[in-house]
This record gives sequence, C-alpha cells and structure tokens, in this order.
Amino acid sequence: MFDAVTNNIGFLMGGFLVTLELTCFALAGGIILGAIVGLGRISKRKWIYYPVTGYVNFLRNMPLILVIFWFYFVMPIIAGRPLNPFLSAVISFIIFEATYFGEIFRAGYQSISKDLSAAAYSTGMTYGQTARYILVPIAFRRMLPSLITQSIVTFQDTSLAFVIGLQEFVRRTSIVDNMEVRSIQLFGFVAVVFFIFCFISSKISRHFEEKGRKTGLL
Amino acid sequence: MIEIKNVSKWFGDFQVLTDVNETIERGQTVVICGPSGSGKSTLLRCVNGLEPYQEGEIVVDGVSLSDPRTNLYKLRENIGMVFQRFELYPHMTALQNISLAPMKVRKWPKEKAEQKARELLKRVGIPDKADAYPANLSGGQQQRVAIARSLAMEPRYMMFDEPTSALDPEMIKEVLDVMANLAKEGMTMLCVTHEMGFAREVADEIIFMDFGKIVERGTYEDFFNNPKSERAKEFLDQIL
Repeated sequence: MFDAVTNNIGFLMGGFLVTLELTCFALAGGIILGAIVGLGRISKRKWIYYPVTGYVNFLRNMPLILVIFWFYFVMPIIAGRPLNPFLSAVISFIIFEATYFGEIFRAGYQSISKDLSAAAYSTGMTYGQTARYILVPIAFRRMLPSLITQSIVTFQDTSLAFVIGLQEFVRRTSIVDNMEVRSIQLFGFVAVVFFIFCFISSKISRHFEEKGRKTGLL
Repeated sequence: MIEIKNVSKWFGDFQVLTDVNETIERGQTVVICGPSGSGKSTLLRCVNGLEPYQEGEIVVDGVSLSDPRTNLYKLRENIGMVFQRFELYPHMTALQNISLAPMKVRKWPKEKAEQKARELLKRVGIPDKADAYPANLSGGQQQRVAIARSLAMEPRYMMFDEPTSALDPEMIKEVLDVMANLAKEGMTMLCVTHEMGFAREVADEIIFMDFGKIVERGTYEDFFNNPKSERAKEFLDQIL
C-alpha cells in the first residue's frame, strides 16, 4: 500500500536530510545575523539604524521565492562563477530569515528595562559587553517561543528551494512521483513527516514558554 | 572627590537641573532628599555619565565628564550604582550577577571573581544565596545582591537611587544596615533616600532638592531643627 514510499525511502530520506541541513544552516546564520540586525534596529546612530531598517523593510515586503530566485541568478554575475544551489539557498535563507529574527530580537531587546542596561554600564561594562552578556541572552530567553515558531516557519519554507533545483525533500518526492505517479501517497507521506516535525517543535516551544513564565523571565 | 559645578540639564524644553553645585569629599556620605520629580535621580545619573548634561561641569577625581576624551566606561568602574528596582540580571544566579563585571571588565580569573563574590555575599548577610536566581529572592535580598554586585568592582564611590522605596517595610532595615556599615567603613556615598533614620546615623550632609535646584543643605541637625525654606518645612512635615 505504501510501496511507492518504501521502494524509494533511501532517496526520499536523503532529500529530507538536505532539508534538515538547509534548515540548520539557515537558522544558525539567520539567528546570529538576526541578533545583530535587532541591535541595529534599536540603535540611536542614524547611520546604523536607517540602512538596517531599510534592509529589514525591503526583504519583509518581498516574497521569499523571489529572493531565492534573484539571489541564484544574480550571484554568479557578482561572484564570477555559478554558486551551487545548496550554498545559494543557504545564503538567501540567512539574509531573508535574519529580517524576521531581527524583528523578534528587537522586540526582545525593547522588553528589557533601560535601568537594567544602566546597571550593567554602572559596573564599567562597555556597550558590547552589555549586549553580549545581558541584552542578547535575556532577549534570547524571552524570545525563545517566538524563535522556535519562526524556526518552524523556516523549516517549512526550505521546500521553496526546489525552484533552483535543490534536491531537498519535496523536490525528490516530485522526482519519485514523476516515475511512480502515486501523488497522493507520496505527498501524503511528505505532509505527515512535516507535520510530525513541526508538531513536536511547537510542543517544545510551549514547554519553554511555561518554563519562562515560572522563572519570571517572561 | 566629586565636584559638581553649576550643572544644568534639560529634557527638551523642560529644565530638570538648574545650576547645581556640590562637592563630595572622599569618605563622606551625602544624602539627597526632596519630592519626586525634583531631579535627584537625574543628578546621580549625570555623575556616572548615564545621562548627559548641557551646562556646567562634573569632575570625578580630577577627570571631567564633559571632556570628550574621557572614557566613561573607565570612569564608571570606580562609581558603583544601586537602583530602586534592583535591576539584577534575571538569567544569572546571585554569584554570577556579582562576578560578571570583575571577570569581564577587570579580567579577573573566574576563581578569584567568585571568591570575591562569596565574600561579598557574606558581607551583605546572605552567604547561602549564592546559587539562587533573582526571581527566588525577596526584595531585600535582591537589593543586597545588587549592592554586592556594585562593590565587586571595588569602587571608590557608591551611589544609591532610592534603594529602599520598592521594598516591603520589614525588608528596609536589612538593606539600610548594609549601607550604614559601608558608610562607617569609609565608603564615599551619594544616597537618594527618604530614610531619615539612616540620614541621622551616617549622613555628613543632607541636600534638599526641589524643581531641579538645591534648596537647602546642611547637617542632619541643621536640616531637621531649623529648615530655612518653606518648601523644606512642608516636605519634612509630610515625611515625618
């Protein structure tokens, strides 16, 4: 009954592994860059604030699929050689997701009272030290539920990388489907795998939310 | 020595400090009181460079804060500050709260910083709370951790911004005791507080501020027994 899936399970799971790898790189890069973008969005220095805000507004009003396409076709002109689809997808996801993570971090930073950073400054810590040891860790903990939610969205979005020929989960499923012509079974399988992953993640997110509420951090 | 010379400050059109003059010698404890909105907290923030001022000059140990070459971060290492709402780092234990700045700013090794932190917790009377998070400490305990955090940098000056006004009555004394001991040990202190018992015990001078101006100054006895201005008389009637 599930023969189309079981006969091609190795090939399909190989695609799922690519999806996971893409998600991991996109999240690691997107969250680190997002933490910095968030700082830029609350900066009092105009030459930092305006470019960062422009970058965020521009990409947040752009469909992701366009960013993936655009990056894939424009980068070879800048780099002088074609990028492989995986690297191209990772970079476009990082610059795109960083704007969403950046806004989450901005809200996190703004939830921290001015006096808390004043307390850190009053012990002689510099802005960089205060950001690194106080602002970012607290914002990160407070924002953990939103971060996980956005991570789930990123995980789902990675399937869009099929447009530049990256053989991730959905792309490989569609390759199998072209041979086997068992769309309902194959894409049903994809849906179940995505659902299980996302459902577990949202449960984890809920757990951190409860925990944060208990320790008084939220 | 902290010298505040003719300092004025505006928030937009609103003048929060008007021509403030004050000198605090080493080892002195100065208590600042006055109604809310009179500029007391703002004055403290100006002294450690957390707020800019537009006119006048503040000089700490010969270093002017208005001088653009002054490294404010460096200056603040020597001026501890304690806040009304404690402002402990909520994601760190008491021990980590205290040892962070010595490790990162003074570059002390972890062991030395933690040993110092434990000594300080003992000094403020809560040696058993080293591993507790702020959320699990009472207000009085949190404020004592906050004092220990400032002391960990071995500052030459300590500033207190209404350190007991967010506390339940039964916790006020434990914090005031710590502060009084500091004063007696020779720490130079600038305290915004309305705790007049504390002022009587340790203050070398009391400053009364109203509408951003120093209206009256003197010893505890002067201030209490013969306040010169009407405004100070009214204020004393209200708080006593």
